[in-house]
Amino acid sequence: MSFYPICAEYGALPLAEKFAAVTEDDVRRAINGTTASPEDFMAMLSPAAVPFLEEMAQKANKLTEQYFGKTIQMFTPLYLSNYCTNRCIYCGFNTTNNIKRDHLEPEQVEEEAKAIAATGMKQLLILTGDARTKASPEYLESCTKILSKYFPSISIEIYAMEVEEYAALVKVGVDGMTMFQETYNEELYPTLHPAGPKKDFHFRLNAPERACKAGMRVVNIGALLGLDDWRKDSLLTGIHAAYLQKKYPNVDIAVSLPRMRPHAGSFQPASIATDRDMVQNMLALRLFLPRVGITVSTRESPEFREQILPLGVTKMSAGVSTEVGGHSQKGEKVGQFDISDGRSAAELCADLKKHGYQPVFKDWQCLDEHYGEPI
Amino acid sequence: MSEDLFELGGRKFNSRLLSGTGKFADDSIIPAVCEASGSEIITVALRRVDLESKTDNVINFIPKHMQLLPNTSGARTADEAVRIARLARAMGCGDWIKIEVISDNKYLLPDGYETAKATEILAKEGFIVLPYVNADLYIARSLVDAGAAAVMPLGSPIGTNRGLQTREMVRILIEEISLPIIVDAGIGRPSEACEAMEMGADACLVNTAIATACDPVTMAKAFGRAVKAGREAYLSGPGAKHRQAMASSPLTGFLSED
Repeated sequence: MSFYPICAEYGALPLAEKFAAVTEDDVRRAINGTTASPEDFMAMLSPAAVPFLEEMAQKANKLTEQYFGKTIQMFTPLYLSNYCTNRCIYCGFNTTNNIKRDHLEPEQVEEEAKAIAATGMKQLLILTGDARTKASPEYLESCTKILSKYFPSISIEIYAMEVEEYAALVKVGVDGMTMFQETYNEELYPTLHPAGPKKDFHFRLNAPERACKAGMRVVNIGALLGLDDWRKDSLLTGIHAAYLQKKYPNVDIAVSLPRMRPHAGSFQPASIATDRDMVQNMLALRLFLPRVGITVSTRESPEFREQILPLGVTKMSAGVSTEVGGHSQKGEKVGQFDISDGRSAAELCADLKKHGYQPVFKDWQCLDEHYGEPI
Repeated sequence: MSEDLFELGGRKFNSRLLSGTGKFADDSIIPAVCEASGSEIITVALRRVDLESKTDNVINFIPKHMQLLPNTSGARTADEAVRIARLARAMGCGDWIKIEVISDNKYLLPDGYETAKATEILAKEGFIVLPYVNADLYIARSLVDAGAAAVMPLGSPIGTNRGLQTREMVRILIEEISLPIIVDAGIGRPSEACEAMEMGADACLVNTAIATACDPVTMAKAFGRAVKAGREAYLSGPGAKHRQAMASSPLTGFLSED
């Protein structure tokens, strides 16, 4: 069985009505339980939970410190290619957008790696658009071999792949995979993804599970908040994370909470997830899944990122450029989206320490004997 | 009371409290925590060690007199644990290794079978192997056969601060296993460490309860004292328990033997 039947079952429910029917007693029960069920998670995401945010925050803070300590894992993204064959109407890489397309050659990958490594970063997230001719699995393998000389941990945020393709990347040193479903609303999905390989809802939905099967150590999922009602997508994201956590106990499951940001296209979000909504989302997720990793990207402002630090965050990006080659070359390029937090790794570290948190640069080193020096 | 040293791996220690390095808001607090606790053995996750970093290498903060105990946190198989142990030795971290093999990321419960396999391989290679396991007699016996230097049963799952939930099983290990028993994981309060020591555990390892306390240094001091108090209570031979009250001035004391 895959996650799809569960997703479809929730999709068929009158979720808006169910959220509206949650009572304050339901919320109290959910917050005070020793474990939280999917129904409890729904209660904590509902409008009825808004008056309880402080209570939820206190518990979320304790749980996060208990399981993760006062530490924040640091990572930075590296865009290898922005060629794309999709027409996602909300994305700056949309194939119909008139932006300068770029693609890094091996020597440029090495230059970027050197520039990023010089900032002290050890965990790297490599990204591409969805264009297999420009960023083939073989290309990604060769890039990983170059990058693994500089970074002990490499994750991918690329197009959906088959199990064997993920396994091949694991073999050369990729240990993490990020895949955003964007929206779990199967009816809305084709409108947002009118053309390109990403149009296949099922193939994308099951990609995180294929990555788990292929041996990825960390699998990170998320919905792009704003495409549909944030409560519905947040609920399904949490249920999806719980499904993966249960079925693949040897994989670290993490969730990102990205909100819609300005970009090169003209799409406007269907709804706006406010700061309060973001906080409620994070708190409910932490209380539902105490051990899940929670990533907050530079889409959020420095002020907001610092304020939500104690609420469940475990991983943050810094020194971000969403442009291809943006770490070693500065030019008039266009990124995938506009970032709100332009702090360098050093600046974010200083601010984290000021708030009593330890930035963690290295949290894993792949020792697979198939690559690198055998030990 | 005569000198009571803790013998482990061919070394003698004054303290029976082992400490950890994870979860601190700032590694620079580690020396103060070690001093306050009196701990002489400290574990560090090798996956977090970054020898290339001049400022953020956790090993830089560990007092030189302490016995370094690298751990294999992050390993999901015996094979991975063995490779991490060998890497630790190659990096100059010594021959001591705490084996952690965990492939259940929800409860972080250790895999006894994989742990025993790694222990056997590494003990043969000359490592001082300290395996973290469930409080289970059969696993403990297999670790004795595999050449472990101690057995480290959990009190409750890692990081939960839920105390000595495995009390009865730990008691059986203390009774049946000839190796030192070091209660590892789950101890949340000094009173729980004290209880483990009163029961006859040889030592306790505490990390989360100290690292997540509002005042880690004072909590470290409290744990150091609690472990010592529990050990002294154990050595002094606590009085027997009775179902009914036993008067300290008995009513039949006037009766003589004849």
